[in-house]
Amino acid sequence: MKRLIYIIFLTITPILCAQNNSKQEKTSFKVSGNCEMCKMRIEKAALSVKGVKYAKWNIPENQLTLVYNSKKLELIEIHNSIAQSGHDTSEIKAPLEIYNHLPICCLYIRDEKNKAPLK
Amino acid sequence: MKIKYYIYFFLCFINILSSQEIIKGKIVYKDNRETIALDGASVYWQGTSEGTITDVLGDFKLKISNKTNNLIISFLGFKTDTLEIVSIKKFVHFLIEDLSNNLDEVSVVERKKSAKLSFTKTQNTILVDANELLKAACCNLSESFETNPSIDVNFSDALTGTKQINMLGLKSPYILISEENIPMVRGASQAYGLTFTPGTWVESIQISKGTGSVVNGFESIAGQINTELKKPFTDTPFFLNLFGSKNGRLELNIQLNKKITKKWSTGLFIHSNQRNQKIDKNVDGFLDAPLSNQINILNRFQYTDPVKGLVIFYNWRFLNDKKQTGEITFDPDMNKNSTMIWGSEIDTQRFDTALKFGYVFPELSYKSFGLQTAYSTHDQKAYYGLRNFNIFHESFYSNLLYNSIFNNTTNKFKSGLNFSLDRYVENIDNQDFSRTDKNLGVFLEWSHDDLEKLSWTAGLRVDFNNNIGTFLTPRLHLRYTYDEKTIIRLSSGSGRKAANIFAENQSLFGSNRRIYIEKGSNPFYGLLPERAWNYGISLSRSLKLFNKNSNLIFDYYTTQFSNQVVVDVETQGRVLFYNLNGNSSAKSLQVTFDIDLTSRLLFKSAYKNDIVFIDYKSGNKQKQLVPKNRIFANLSWNSIKNIKNQQWLYDITIHHLGSQRLVENYTTPNGSNSPSYSIINTQLTRLLSETSEIYIGIENFGNYTQSIPIISSDQPFNTNFDSSQIWAPVFGRMIYGGFRYKI
Repeated sequence: MKRLIYIIFLTITPILCAQNNSKQEKTSFKVSGNCEMCKMRIEKAALSVKGVKYAKWNIPENQLTLVYNSKKLELIEIHNSIAQSGHDTSEIKAPLEIYNHLPICCLYIRDEKNKAPLK
Repeated sequence: MKIKYYIYFFLCFINILSSQEIIKGKIVYKDNRETIALDGASVYWQGTSEGTITDVLGDFKLKISNKTNNLIISFLGFKTDTLEIVSIKKFVHFLIEDLSNNLDEVSVVERKKSAKLSFTKTQNTILVDANELLKAACCNLSESFETNPSIDVNFSDALTGTKQINMLGLKSPYILISEENIPMVRGASQAYGLTFTPGTWVESIQISKGTGSVVNGFESIAGQINTELKKPFTDTPFFLNLFGSKNGRLELNIQLNKKITKKWSTGLFIHSNQRNQKIDKNVDGFLDAPLSNQINILNRFQYTDPVKGLVIFYNWRFLNDKKQTGEITFDPDMNKNSTMIWGSEIDTQRFDTALKFGYVFPELSYKSFGLQTAYSTHDQKAYYGLRNFNIFHESFYSNLLYNSIFNNTTNKFKSGLNFSLDRYVENIDNQDFSRTDKNLGVFLEWSHDDLEKLSWTAGLRVDFNNNIGTFLTPRLHLRYTYDEKTIIRLSSGSGRKAANIFAENQSLFGSNRRIYIEKGSNPFYGLLPERAWNYGISLSRSLKLFNKNSNLIFDYYTTQFSNQVVVDVETQGRVLFYNLNGNSSAKSLQVTFDIDLTSRLLFKSAYKNDIVFIDYKSGNKQKQLVPKNRIFANLSWNSIKNIKNQQWLYDITIHHLGSQRLVENYTTPNGSNSPSYSIINTQLTRLLSETSEIYIGIENFGNYTQSIPIISSDQPFNTNFDSSQIWAPVFGRMIYGGFRYKI
């Protein structure tokens, strides 16, 4: 009997806790960035939006994969949160002020209007 | 004084006046993944002498010119850019490397470190990849830690040449050694198990200090070593390694991998080694290294379906290992059981098979199931002089694992069940010590990561064991990123283990010590199961020293036993096994420093202090043969790879061992201390092309040996005879060489 209680407590309870009947949607889009530090910032910005279950940003492809509860939030909220952390997404561009304050290693290549390469 | 202030204010005033006409920018370049500031790039207006130089952070400020809007940015080794400035907002500009001048250098990629402390893992884990393993070409898992300061490699006895590893001052039975997360070197294979995995099969090794994860069981106390073998799906189709050494050891490795279908691949790994020369350089009448013969075959199948998220591994493996040691004149057919000539033979046959499933939910990659099952039989038949020791160990292991998240991926958990069954049939001189252990464990491990500063892993498991009873094993690991360069890790947890006293201390059979066991009514030879708590702290900091990258790591771990089977060889002619009565602890300090002297010359060093004190019947003493102080230094260098993929690699390692406590013997009735000494190992590798390489190396360059490795070697049937008190190499300078070929 004691055994059964332990087994239920340690295996079945967390599985049940983790389940909920929300509508989970998977999506992915481009987020600009460079390195491990960017990865942390981008994923944190995505996960800070309530309802986001999973966020993985892939360094070489600059692709962010998300699983989120589409009943709880609009996708654009996630774009906005990431842009506010300094990273351009496929929908929203990060404010220049925030971009300029990123650590040097995270400065990704972006088009800027105040300078233009001369042909 | 005052004048200075006036000037200062005046300058500020000018600054304010002209600030609207200043442009600010940052000049950087992209190196592989990271962006790096360019210090000292020149920035000037086209056709003028108005310009400036960027600072350490790549920043510059420049007054707007009334002559032109075209800004020129140049830096040696980069393409010069001309920009048209249209606004005074701060901008970031990337220069592109100009590779046209370095035609002979194929790549300028920064060298990847082959052994490094994991920056992101919560546990204090060192990853060792195949490149690091190549640094010590010989030969199997027990010898692959020579270039790693966290693990000490010692000889276990003067007969078998077996190397034994220590971690945090504790012997390998206190380390959970697993192969692809299935516990491997345990039970009957404790003494020689590490020599049963050829080094060339290994893809990588993860070394974790402290109690480790609850997922793999309750047995780890000092740490965990997990070996990942090469995977047929990703490994090269053909690999050949030939090795020969001056002490008569020959090794052959053939590894074949083939993709059967798009999803199925298979690998066949064949290893054989032998030594058939009789060598006795120290002229004590005993072989310095055993005559040996091993055949080891592994066949594995891998199924990978990334779309469905399914991975399957099936392995089977067969091993036959024979060793003969003892007096040089010993002939097993003639002299077995003789009381004139001392000899020993150890024959091992082992069969392993494992089946693993992994399933990742395709839409929800944070959710997965895993099932591991393994079955093995280990049959060792041996005699040491007149003492016979046979052990048969049949083992079944299964682990069912479920991974998922609470709320989102910053809170993950692993939960599952594992069941293991170990049947031992063991006897010494027909005295039977057979037993069966059955264990059902259930565990939950919760990992939290705030993706910035703090992460922790808390694990709890409950085990129901037919011989130990029901017990809890809690473990906690915590990582805190103090700043970009400083990481603090803490760990604590408990571990338990049933001591297999004979298999773990087989080296004592190479002596005429009489065995005494203080028996109680407990199932493990009458002794209690061992139990310990381990606590640790680790600080690591990356530094810039003389503008070079370096790391400083400080580790302190302490292990406190509440139950231990004490192996007492303090009295001559006896070995006593008894339950700890009092204190036993191991306190281990390690300070590691490494620096990249140039991009191709790396230096690594460590100091270790192990205070391992046990309450013996004769008093509280430092454990015998454990040096209190150790120093380690390693220098590795490589040349630039040329167009033909040719390259030189060079490596030199120095181990310095402080004095060790030696137990009494008939020449030193009150015990003594060994002298301190150093050992130098070195290796040179030449990559001949993309497919082949040769290497040559020297072990124990300084030719340091223990002058009398075997006590009373002239009278091997006398009670004083003892080959297990080894504190220095038996073998002097040893030259080896080899060849590797892969397609």
